[in-house]
This record gives sequence, C-alpha cells and structure tokens, in this order.
Amino acid sequence: MIDRLKGKAIWRFSVVFLAFALVFSLAGCAAEEEPVVEEPAAEEPVEQSNLVLASTTSTQDSGLFDVLIPAFEDAYPEYKVEVIAVGTGAALEMGENKDADVLLVHAKAREEELVANGFGEYREDVMYNDFIIVGPADDPAGIKGMSVTEALVAIADSESTFISRGDDSGTHTAEKNLWSGAGIEPAGDWYLSAGQGMGDVLVMASETPGYTMTDRATYLNMMDDLAVEILVEGDNVLFNQYGVIPVTGAANPEGAEAFAQWVTGDAQDVIKTYGEDKFGQPLFFPNAQ
Amino acid sequence: METLWQSVVEAGRMLVSGDLSLYGIIGLSLRVSGISIAIAMAIGVPLGYLMGSRRFVGRRLVQVLVNTGMGLPPVVAGLTVYILLSRTGPVSELWASLSGSIPPRMLFTLPAMIFAQVVISTPLVTGVTAAAIGSVPVELRLQARSLGASSWQEATLVIKEARRGVMAAVVAGFGGIISEVGAVMMVGGNIEGQTRVMTTAIVLESRKGNFGIALALGFILIGIAFVINNGLTALQYSGGRYER
Repeated sequence: MIDRLKGKAIWRFSVVFLAFALVFSLAGCAAEEEPVVEEPAAEEPVEQSNLVLASTTSTQDSGLFDVLIPAFEDAYPEYKVEVIAVGTGAALEMGENKDADVLLVHAKAREEELVANGFGEYREDVMYNDFIIVGPADDPAGIKGMSVTEALVAIADSESTFISRGDDSGTHTAEKNLWSGAGIEPAGDWYLSAGQGMGDVLVMASETPGYTMTDRATYLNMMDDLAVEILVEGDNVLFNQYGVIPVTGAANPEGAEAFAQWVTGDAQDVIKTYGEDKFGQPLFFPNAQ
Repeated sequence: METLWQSVVEAGRMLVSGDLSLYGIIGLSLRVSGISIAIAMAIGVPLGYLMGSRRFVGRRLVQVLVNTGMGLPPVVAGLTVYILLSRTGPVSELWASLSGSIPPRMLFTLPAMIFAQVVISTPLVTGVTAAAIGSVPVELRLQARSLGASSWQEATLVIKEARRGVMAAVVAGFGGIISEVGAVMMVGGNIEGQTRVMTTAIVLESRKGNFGIALALGFILIGIAFVINNGLTALQYSGGRYER
C-alpha cells in the first residue's frame, strides 16, 4: 500500500516536473525566436557575430567606448562588440591565448613584442592621450608646475604619499618609466602599490590624500567626485600612445580586421571630437598613419 | 590543462622558496580574518544564544534582520563601511567637529578591513548559533534550572551541548570572510605589504594576466582553508564519547 502510494507520488511528481520542463523549454524557444520575428522589421536582416575587444580599464573608464563601439556597430552591423576591460598585462595575455579577437592597448614596446612573437597580425598607431600627475590641493611636496622629473624627486625627498597602480598595466608601466627616468627607485611607506584600476586609485589618492599619475581622460571623467587637482602636465614624457592589434588565429578574424581598419580610418574623426562637448577639450588625439 | 598543472607546481615552488611577500600576504589574511571571526563570535554567540533560548520583544525582528544579514552581499557591506569611514563620511565629520583636527585616514587600513569582515561574518555566526541552540531539548534547560543552575551556568551547559552547531557557525563565518574579496578590496585598497591579502592578490595577479600565479595562490588558499577546517572539525567532534 505504502509502496503504491509512493509510486503514485513519484508518478505525480514526474508529470509536474515534465510539465514545468515543457513550459520552460517553450519559454526558452520563444525567447530565442523573438529576435528572428522582429528582425525583418529592420532594413537588412544581418547575422551578427561576436567580436571580443580586449582593452584597458583606463580606456573603459574614460568613456570613449560608449561612443566608439556604437559608431563601429553602426558602420558594421554584422558585428556585436564585447569589450573586456582589464589591465594591459591581462589584455595582452588574452591576445596570446586567443581569448580576444582584437586588442586596443597602450604599452607600445610590449605590443610590438607580442606581434614579433607571432601572436598578433600587426600593430598600428591609433591615437594618443596624455598622463598627468594629480595630488591634494595643499600640495605638500610643492610640485605644482614642475617638470615630471623635478616633481618625482620632490615627492620622493619629502616622502609624500604616492599611490601607484601597481598592477602591471600600461599606466603602471608608464609610471615606472617616469621614476626610472628621474633616477629614483620608489620604495618605502610613502609609496603605496595598490594593484587596482585607475578609477580606484584616483579615489584612493583622493581619500588618503596622496599623489598619483593618471591618464587625463579618466581624471576628467571623475573630477567632480575627487579631491585631487592637476599639478603636473604637458611634459613630453607624459605622452601615451595607443595601438590596435588583430590577434593571430582569432575566433573572428574578419571582425578583428574590420575593427582595426575602421579605428585607424573612419573612427579618427569620432576620436578627435570625443570629450569636447563635455569637458571643452578633446581627450584623445588621433594619429593613425 | 597545462596551466592547471603548472600552477600546482608553482604553488609548491612559491611555498618552498620562502617568498617573504607571500608569507606576509598569508599571515595578513589569517590575522585579519582571525581577529574578525573572534569579534564576530564575541557578538554572535551570545546573541545567537539569546535568540535560540529566550523569548523577548522584537525577537522575530532580530531573527529577520540576522537572516537578511546572512544573505548580505559582502561588497555591499564593504561599500557601507567605506562610506562610513570615508574622509567625507559621518565618522570623519564627527571626529572633526569634536576634536577640531583633521581625522586620520581610516580607510585602507587593517581596522577598516576587520570592521567590514565583522559586518559580514556576525550575522552568519549569530544565525547558525541560534539554530543550534534552538535544537537543544528544552528539558535539558529545565533540568539544569531545577537543579539550581544559575542562568550563567545554564548558558554554559546549553552552549556546550550545542557545540557542534556553534563550531559550524564559526566555520561558516570564517569561510565567508577568508575567501571574500569585494569588501576587503574596497576598504583595504589592496596596498602591497600593508593591506594586500590572499584574495586581493589573486584578483591582482589575474588582472595582470599571471593566471598561473593567481591559480597557485588559489591552491594555497584552499590548502590553508583545509588545514584550518580540519582543526575546527577535530575540535567539533572531540569529547563526543557520550554522544551518538
């Protein structure tokens, strides 16, 4: 008797389960079919393929992609761009592992090395922006208006807090080059290696308070929420070159090639004007050959 | 697959090579989470005992709050602590208005990390303790009281009786915070040699693209968790000869 009841319960349960499974799978189908139903309304029904663009957190934080990616997808509706924003180190590693189709990063020597090692098809200049040194308004090391080398020497001598990205990113690489250019090996309690993204480090500099080096775009984007000011700018060594690399053996080589051609071609005008309406100055300077 | 195997080897190599910064990071993880769980126990075990054994006004509300706290995303706990301790936050303002001096930096310090971890682990310890205390037969307490036990003695007896559940509470709380990354990254800042712990080091190494080292650190973290849980489990089942 009990066994029969149990059997019945199991039977009933199975029916309910199957009913649920059916409903959910139908719902799943409906969800999948939806775009196909709507698609003919658009002028050209296109089969979209995913294009993975690996780039850096600072580029993402600058807001450039919010303008650039929709413009690319308008020009090439057959591609759906997925931006993965990581440190330059991880972006280059994604290229080596073919986890990304195209890279847009800013560490020229390492980019050229990647191509030389056969992981990238080629590397082209795209644009540049510049770095700035920011710090608290009361400027305890007195670096305002100095050259980069003078400023770094002053910070190190006064042991004023300096927050480094410390994450092997393009910005961190550039910062390390500036220190070695000034002949300083930064170390000690005043030199904090945060290992975080540009936005996080700016917030930390603002909180601590301390100095840091940042790209201008990220700073201008976050300026309203920060308690640090631009203290050093315009020095030649603060120049930051971006390059594009289609990954060799990528999952979507046509898309990678199309993006590389576009970003060094038609996109140059988009890049040139980005930031003017919001900040009254462009954030990036296109310089593709 | 190769990366997986390489990182096991790398994990061993990093441990054997006696890399000082690695041992510093491991030590800091243990220190921060150890102090946090001790504070969480000091709050959560008595509170859990009260919730599991006493009726009082607002008990249901406390129960709901604790249960909600158990599901609180750590990163939200981190954000709350961040806003509290920020230089523009209420604690700094209070400090400035009381002492008239600029408050010291509170964020990106060990106490800030401990604060966040206590917020995360206390509901876990409280909730699981309350459940364990609640499952101790009421007859035991009645008997203890009839034999003239003070309420302190009664509490000690009941907590002893429910010790497996209480240990489970501690294990749950400790596991929750030693493996947590969002909150400690936010309020600790992941500063090398000062506030960098195992989990934030793993995030950093993965962002750098050093997947092998990141995974190796992950294996070391799992190994530490295994050793600690082994010890806690041994404690949990020690002296159990009068029981099933």
